[in-house]
Amino acid sequence: MTMTSPTTNATLTTENLAVTYTGNREVEAVKGVSLEFAANRLTAIIGPSGCGKSTLLKSLNRLHEIQPNVEIGGDVRLNGESVYDADEPVPEIRRRIGYVPQEPTPLPLSIYENVAYGLRIHGDYESKADLDERVERYLRKVNLWGEVEDRLDAPGAELSTGQIQRLCLARSLAVEPEVLLCDEVTSALDPVSAETVEETLADLKEEYTIVMVTHSMDQARRLADDVVFLYLGEVVEANDVETFFENPQHERTRAFVDGSAIPTTGAVDGEANGDGDGNERATTTDTEPGEPVVAER
Amino acid sequence: MTGSTETESAADGSSRLGRRLLAERLSGYWFGGAGYFAVALFALIVLTLLYQSLPLLAEYSVVQALTSSNWDPAHNEFGFLPAIVGTVYVTLLSMAMGTPIAILAAIYIAEYAEGRTKTIVSSFIDVLAAIPSVIFGLVALLVVVPFVGDYLAPAVGSDATGLGIFTVSLVMAIVVTPFMISLAVESLEALPDELRESSLGVGATKWETIRSVLLRAAGPGIFSAVLLGFGRVFGATIVPAMLIGGQTQLPESPLATGQTLPTLIVNDFGELMSLPLTQSALIFVGLLLVVVVWLFNFGAMVVRRRLRRRWQY
Repeated sequence: MTMTSPTTNATLTTENLAVTYTGNREVEAVKGVSLEFAANRLTAIIGPSGCGKSTLLKSLNRLHEIQPNVEIGGDVRLNGESVYDADEPVPEIRRRIGYVPQEPTPLPLSIYENVAYGLRIHGDYESKADLDERVERYLRKVNLWGEVEDRLDAPGAELSTGQIQRLCLARSLAVEPEVLLCDEVTSALDPVSAETVEETLADLKEEYTIVMVTHSMDQARRLADDVVFLYLGEVVEANDVETFFENPQHERTRAFVDGSAIPTTGAVDGEANGDGDGNERATTTDTEPGEPVVAER
Repeated sequence: MTGSTETESAADGSSRLGRRLLAERLSGYWFGGAGYFAVALFALIVLTLLYQSLPLLAEYSVVQALTSSNWDPAHNEFGFLPAIVGTVYVTLLSMAMGTPIAILAAIYIAEYAEGRTKTIVSSFIDVLAAIPSVIFGLVALLVVVPFVGDYLAPAVGSDATGLGIFTVSLVMAIVVTPFMISLAVESLEALPDELRESSLGVGATKWETIRSVLLRAAGPGIFSAVLLGFGRVFGATIVPAMLIGGQTQLPESPLATGQTLPTLIVNDFGELMSLPLTQSALIFVGLLLVVVVWLFNFGAMVVRRRLRRRWQY
């Protein structure tokens, strides 16, 4: 292991990914989503509440499986390898595709042990000194080291929510994931803490492939390289951030970006989707040309 | 009020406000009254027990009463040691048998069981917790006592009849385990899913998540569940009275007959209360039970507070 983490260059793609809740009422939360989350870029998934953003995010590392009665269709691929038919056990997949929840969630452990948690589980360290060094490295990476170095043994929960959210990022990064999934990680924070976490994410996207769910268009504009607009479980538009906001290709995207009512019917057909111009960016990939990714309701 | 004129409704409004404010002021008193009533009741019970214990304490020192093993009310000998030892035996044995099973079952129900299985298993546990303990005593007389007397005791080379400390402990474990399971399940299920997601999200397995995260986070709640079970065993009366054999002597083995503090009161209550000193001795036993439970709850509160701080999430 070298001192500096290498950039990971991991690409995450979904192929007709569908998530259906099969409880009392059958709900298709994510409908045939095909996307490419490009390496070392930050992709923001935006959309109105209940559009399936979080479900989509959690299905990327199979974390939705802790809920009963969920069915999955299609597949997710990490660097081309299937996540759902993987030979690799699920915990190893989740180590490679980390997840940070919306609510700042310290584990019931000390600050130090919160970061060391994954390392201890995977046995990814050679000695106590090595573990110390790694804990410090990842706390530095999320700009938290200076604030906690003299109280590493204090419970993680005693930090402020903004600090806790950075602690959670450090915990996720410590197991050296290739992809990081962030679920509205600033929405529970006050504006100042949110800004600090955003700055951290901005630093991190140089090295990691990050998929971030957000309900804030401003945040997407500030942070994202690519933007995916999800509506009623379907991808309406996926484009690089400039095109998405300055020149949206879809009536619904335009309406959402302007803050006006999103048309539920109308001129949405597959043709105006990103046409795969070969750039490394999140675009809807036409895996099955016969089926437009955005199905008409 | 749509029909009333403006002035009427204004006057109505002010008297209505007056009534609301009066109710608001009184509410503090009656809620407070109910609360202080509980405190007063506790004080009254302790004082009564203390006052009625004085005749015994005038004749014997507390140390003497607690350390003597000679219990013979007819000759004014009041040694509580056999009952104390019996109580400690029963409580420790029951908890040793019940607690691990309760925690394992709670983990299964809260984290592994799904759908119909979960509903069925947890509803059966709730039913078990609701059965009056006298029923457990009766069934144990028919099943556990013969089993212990005919099979277990001979197997370990004892000539015990089946009535005794071990039988009581086993049955009390069965009585309190469902109760502890219910409470422990509640504390596990109250945990936010984000804890599970955070742990699984760095590649932990389900078991690692349970062991390192969930059991800690739910730790104070599980600790309370175990303590409430402990309290129930400690103060248990009917099951020990039915199954312990009622011999006030130091038990030679866990299979031996014996006495617990509550059974001492129950067994001697009727016939010996006419003797003043015996009455005082039995009331002293009651005082002992109350004080121990009180100290125990207090200690539990301190420990729980520590755990909650240490394992906060």
